[in-house]
Amino acid sequence: MGVSFETLNNTLIIKLNGELDHHSSTYIRDSIDEAILKKNPRNIIFDMSGLNFMDSSGIGVIIGRYKQITSNGGKVGIVSMKPQIKRIYEICGLKRIIPNYDSIKTAIEKL
Amino acid sequence: MRVDNEMKLEFLSKSQNESFARSVVAAFAAQLDPTIEEITEIKTAVSEAVTNAIIHGYEYQEGYVTIICRIIENTVEIEVIDKGKGIEDIEKARQPLYTSKPELERSGMGFTVMEAFMDQVDVISELGKGTTVIMKKTFKKEL
Repeated sequence: MGVSFETLNNTLIIKLNGELDHHSSTYIRDSIDEAILKKNPRNIIFDMSGLNFMDSSGIGVIIGRYKQITSNGGKVGIVSMKPQIKRIYEICGLKRIIPNYDSIKTAIEKL
Repeated sequence: MRVDNEMKLEFLSKSQNESFARSVVAAFAAQLDPTIEEITEIKTAVSEAVTNAIIHGYEYQEGYVTIICRIIENTVEIEVIDKGKGIEDIEKARQPLYTSKPELERSGMGFTVMEAFMDQVDVISELGKGTTVIMKKTFKKEL
């Protein structure tokens, strides 16, 4: 499991790779929080193109960051979810609060 | 009913075993020729049940998680067993968004995901004795 970061304008792009479960969620959560603290972005985008597996632990990580960013007036988007991850996103009701885009470019324009 | 095949897996309640457990169950279920989508559903449901056993059953203390898988015709039956603290109110625990550990940033969607991905999910639990989650999924036979 890995995570890498890129900043575009005032948006932090969080690229998730591999499998996001309870085991990897601690490391991923800590890495994201460190990047948010360091770069202080207004908005964040989760790039899921490299993510092959996610369970509800991943949903917990996303919701936690969503609360953090929106409490400062920022917005959150998700891009490039594989079908199985999109199903978890829909079942868990994330669809209602975090929009899904097909590319980083669109997400930055729409956020 | 006649059991066509069965396996039993036992491992320590360590989070690094979550990936191992779901991969083993998926490999065992593969003999029923499921689609990639069905395999992912099984992996996700097993991941949720094993995570619950580690976080809630054993509360990060050491214990053994046991998985028994049975194949009965074109149905896979998966039992995830812990000998941990047990669930006080099963109905409440199964409710979407309910978590007994909000400080851990849990989504409270574990049982909801299991129910969405499997055909049947039963929970047997006794305080101080442990919890068994029994999940069943039937694969459509190719026409």
